[in-house]
Amino acid sequence: MSENPVFDRIKAEIDASPVTVFMKGTAVFPQCGFSARVVQILSHLNVPFKSVNVLEDAEIREGIKSYTNWPTIPQVYVKGEFVGGCDIVTEMFQAGELQSLMEEAGVTAKA
Amino acid sequence: MPMQADEIAGFIKSALPDAEVIIKDLAGDGDHYAAHVTSAAFKGLPRVRQHQMVYAALQGRMGGALHALALTTAIPE
Repeated sequence: MSENPVFDRIKAEIDASPVTVFMKGTAVFPQCGFSARVVQILSHLNVPFKSVNVLEDAEIREGIKSYTNWPTIPQVYVKGEFVGGCDIVTEMFQAGELQSLMEEAGVTAKA
Repeated sequence: MPMQADEIAGFIKSALPDAEVIIKDLAGDGDHYAAHVTSAAFKGLPRVRQHQMVYAALQGRMGGALHALALTTAIPE
């Protein structure tokens, strides 16, 4: 049990799926341009993921920012590791690094 | 209270004195900027750490006074 009960809830969400995205809205209905772009990139790479809608949970929305010392949403986690927000995911995607990260983590769905 | 471009650059430079900072106003509302920060302090650090350093320089304004900052970082050639 950590000192912040919200951190345990966050960790449970992260551990519940190989790829977890804390975002505004849902994968089907993103409610923020940055969250929508991350959904687009992961879908393009054929990477299934679990989305957590922070707009429906104010505690997680604030807690996630101190959980990783990262001030913004969306946040992408692969196998429990924080990969980054929209900027880093986009930059890695354009550099081809995201594809290799997902393949190495074995989270890419077979087409 | 939105931020001005030079205010953002000032915060970053005070934390990263050697940084070269290019700021683009994306929406003209003082809330949506793009920033490209080049500094030797990023050398050898993963991107997440580099961005965290820039966010730390903004002393908690990121996600508050400053709603969106499309950030890219680089190491001098």
